[in-house]
Amino acid sequence: MLLIRCPYCEEERPELEFRNAGEAHIVRPTNIAGESDDDFEKFFFIRANPKGVIYERWRHIHGCARFFNAVRDTVTDKFVMTYKAGEPKPAKLPGASK
Amino acid sequence: MNPAFRIPGAGRLSQAKTASFSFDDKSYAGIEGDTLASALLANGVHLVGRSFKYHRPRGFLSAGAEEPNALVQIVRDDARKTPNVRATVQELYDGLTAHSQNRWPSLAFDVGAVNDLASPMFSAGFYYKTFMWPKSAWKNLYEPKIRAAAGLGVSPDRPDPDHYAARYAHCEVLVLGGGAAGIAAALAAAETGVRVILADEQAEFGGSLRFESGAKIDGENGFAWAQGAIAKLKAMDNVRLLPRTTAFGYYAQNFVSLVERVSDHLKSPGRELARERLWQVRARRVVLATGAIERHMVFADNDRPGIMLASAARTYLNHYGVAVGRNVGVYTANDSAYAAAIDLKKAGVNVAAIVDLRDNPTGPAIDEARGLGIEINFGRAVIRAGGKLRVSSMTVQPKNGGGERTIPVDAILMSAGWTPSVHLFSQSRGKVAFNEETRRFVPGTYAQDCVSIGACNGTDGLDATIDEAYAAGAKAAKEAGGKAGKSAKPKVDASESWSRGMLGAAPGAGPDTTVKAFVDFQNDVTAKDIRQAVHEGMHSIEHVKRFTTNGMATDQGKTSNMHGLAIAAETLGKPIPQVGLTTFRAPYTPVTFGSIVGHARGALFDPTRRTATHPWAAAHGAVFEDVGQWKRAWYFPRAGEDMHAAVNRECVTVRKVAGLFDASTLGKIEVVGPDAAKFMGLLYTNPWEKLEPGRCRYGIMLREDGFIYDDGVVGRLAPDRFHVTTTTGGAPRVMHHMEDYLQTEFPHLNVWLTSITEQWAVIAVQGPKSREIIAPLVEGIDMSDEALPHMSVREGKICGVPTRLFRMSFTGERGFEVNVPADYGEAVWEALWAEGQKHGATAYGTESMHVLRAEKGYIIVGQDTDGTVTPNDAGLDWAGGKKKTDFVGIRGMARSDLVAKGRKQLVGLKTKDPKVVLEEGAQIVEDPKQAIPMKMIGHVTSSYWSENCGRSIALAMVAGGRDRMGQTLYVPMPSGTIEVEVTGMVFVDEKGERLNG
Repeated sequence: MLLIRCPYCEEERPELEFRNAGEAHIVRPTNIAGESDDDFEKFFFIRANPKGVIYERWRHIHGCARFFNAVRDTVTDKFVMTYKAGEPKPAKLPGASK
Repeated sequence: MNPAFRIPGAGRLSQAKTASFSFDDKSYAGIEGDTLASALLANGVHLVGRSFKYHRPRGFLSAGAEEPNALVQIVRDDARKTPNVRATVQELYDGLTAHSQNRWPSLAFDVGAVNDLASPMFSAGFYYKTFMWPKSAWKNLYEPKIRAAAGLGVSPDRPDPDHYAARYAHCEVLVLGGGAAGIAAALAAAETGVRVILADEQAEFGGSLRFESGAKIDGENGFAWAQGAIAKLKAMDNVRLLPRTTAFGYYAQNFVSLVERVSDHLKSPGRELARERLWQVRARRVVLATGAIERHMVFADNDRPGIMLASAARTYLNHYGVAVGRNVGVYTANDSAYAAAIDLKKAGVNVAAIVDLRDNPTGPAIDEARGLGIEINFGRAVIRAGGKLRVSSMTVQPKNGGGERTIPVDAILMSAGWTPSVHLFSQSRGKVAFNEETRRFVPGTYAQDCVSIGACNGTDGLDATIDEAYAAGAKAAKEAGGKAGKSAKPKVDASESWSRGMLGAAPGAGPDTTVKAFVDFQNDVTAKDIRQAVHEGMHSIEHVKRFTTNGMATDQGKTSNMHGLAIAAETLGKPIPQVGLTTFRAPYTPVTFGSIVGHARGALFDPTRRTATHPWAAAHGAVFEDVGQWKRAWYFPRAGEDMHAAVNRECVTVRKVAGLFDASTLGKIEVVGPDAAKFMGLLYTNPWEKLEPGRCRYGIMLREDGFIYDDGVVGRLAPDRFHVTTTTGGAPRVMHHMEDYLQTEFPHLNVWLTSITEQWAVIAVQGPKSREIIAPLVEGIDMSDEALPHMSVREGKICGVPTRLFRMSFTGERGFEVNVPADYGEAVWEALWAEGQKHGATAYGTESMHVLRAEKGYIIVGQDTDGTVTPNDAGLDWAGGKKKTDFVGIRGMARSDLVAKGRKQLVGLKTKDPKVVLEEGAQIVEDPKQAIPMKMIGHVTSSYWSENCGRSIALAMVAGGRDRMGQTLYVPMPSGTIEVEVTGMVFVDEKGERLNG
């Protein structure tokens, strides 16, 4: 069972307390009703599903109940870092070579 | 009287403590501390099982967890018949009853052994070849036959009466394996004061010290030293010792699962003891001290009972005081078997000969054996074992060919070398590395905060092991935050040491032979099978494994994997590391379902939620149904009523008089804050800004894809406060959905969401007399139609307690939903019931609720919708805010497919024969005479007998349904085709006049 650090509780807690909520940094368009079919498809259906580093949303559902973002490696399952919802995508990851 | 093979003075068990047991209905005497294996061997019993495929007679290979052959059924009573218990692990208790498996009619005469004669049919990959043709035979003949013939042991056919415990634990240093290395590491770590857990699969700690008679530590015999060290650790508050505990799974971030056998070794465990306990341990550092497992020699008929690992024979002698024969032969490719020969010889057992594949090995063990007068044959191979139910001879030949010589023996002790147990290391995602010099895989690259020590790390010799272990234990503790402790490193005075050996088939079982030289005993895989797999194109070791099933049995190839790999590599002409090792997966040894399930079964499998009125409903004869975790009153039968009679009476009474219904399970969420209306507008299709406080609206919630997600009546209590209801099953996910949007998409909105499902009990009072029932109990609320019209809400008091009184209806009748704090739910229900009795009202359950709402065409999300239904499909366009520019789903529901013509739409159905009630889920066609497969244009979503209508009614999703009003369609069923007419969805009071009736 993974340990996940909740950036609001500032604690590592077991995976059971959390729920994954899909890819992060996908912004709902402000004028969503006016989106073209292609743009709506990109927004709603298309996901990166990378092998390697993924930016995704998690919720500390059985804890503080907050949504936050996490950087995880889909190959090793290791969490690189977590950060609060609304914070920008980190430019540099801890332990990255550059 | 002592059993024949128990040697007086040998071993560590107290001969005074006897225990009797039975095996295949024959009684034997053993002593406490025995395993079932040692006790049977003490009685001269070697034949204990039949093999999986060929039904060959089998005996004990090992004295430990790696045992592939000696699997038995332990029977305590009718419900406790545990199959596939390794007799080498099962501790003896007085009265133990065991049976052999996989044989009929008896162990000595097994009809299934015909498979051995027919073995050419069962060669590698036979599943994939023999049963290919004809195709139809697979389903009716081959599969049932194979299923009956395959499998080991017989499952108990009654519920497991035992209980299983579970514990979570945290520690700084977790030491897995309690041999010399593990004990030394635990000592070093414990000195620093950190929390240490030391686990070992055996009943007593000591590992291989139990048989290594030559080990001496701190001036004591190795095993005695181990017991002293364990006593010292036991006295320390920061140490937890877990004997009889197997670490079977190593997961991410040093999370290790272990299973403790709590009471399988006891005569009468009693109810207070669990059978097993699952430990889930999170450790800062893990020390792997899992040792090594001896390999057998691969030669013809090496599976005959009486042929076993040299270390096993030593364990039976040095620990249990049992000789495995009177005249033993030894076949080896390394030094360790010499130690076995020496120990047995000294105990008075005749050693017929040592056969050593090596040409001219030297060393103290060889000198000592020679000094004891044991015949040693270098450069020779055992090419065949004689005997069937028990080995009777070994045939020896120079390894490069030449004259054969047959030596009578009653046991053969063999050793091809030792395989480091890298299972847990590998499970931790560490990468193993092949050491060319010692020809073994050892831990290479680590993936987690763990360290391997001793034999599992390829460290030879007790001296080096203790050094390495003690340093590793101290380092792990220090890294995990321990303080420097005083060093008390154990001093090794004498040690046994061996390494090397051979991998693969021995001479006499080479590529030019067709003999049965077993690599994997449990799955009956021979050297020939592995070669054949390679010849047939399996070039990856993973393919070889699956094709031959080598290493796929319950022993997970503990003795066979390296031999199989070496034979595959030789046949491929590739070096071993290029062929690679198969993946080690959890569990290390078989784990019962019971220990994994733990307490989570029966009533404790899932929480049971009961409403405030549950005791009243139970006392009034309600039949309950499960709705998610809730127990809901289904119907309230009176004496002599079946379900249909009860439901018919309830439905009629509600429309004629009134009914009381517990609606407490509906999800309830309070949406509060200055932006509450704005938030509601974004989450629901409906407009909310202009809804006056005190009024209600039926809300529809979509997902972003435009499909209906949930629905419910929402009351506006104040400009900044909404009381939202959801479906019973949807409550948690609606809350999650709302929180998601509030926190991540609309964080600028000043809104709070609070789940209030369990805070409010909800009593629906529905029917023409509903107001008269409620009014006498209400204070502070004007109940007139003018002051409290349909779809409105007021706060006040009922029976003196606070209420949120909703005027709303899910029946189409004048109706109310009385919300009161849950603690008062039952009392208020009783008061309303007493009032209702004056008018002849009924209590009704979920079944009547379903019928009554269907009579009015009110949908149930999740029954009449399935996650692909838009508001338009469901005929709910009227609920959408036409002028809104944004809400979740507004763009999704405009997608071309969702606005296309011909989509399935919700309609009513009336059967032409009013007595016929359709089946929910039944498919609908236009032309019942068309060829099969017919074109299905829809399906029935809800269907009931309506006593109020005097006929059956149904709702259905039908393609282009609203344009088909009056059309006749057909529902083909196994018993015949049913004619139906498409109608509107409202079957009772189409004008809605009864809402104020």
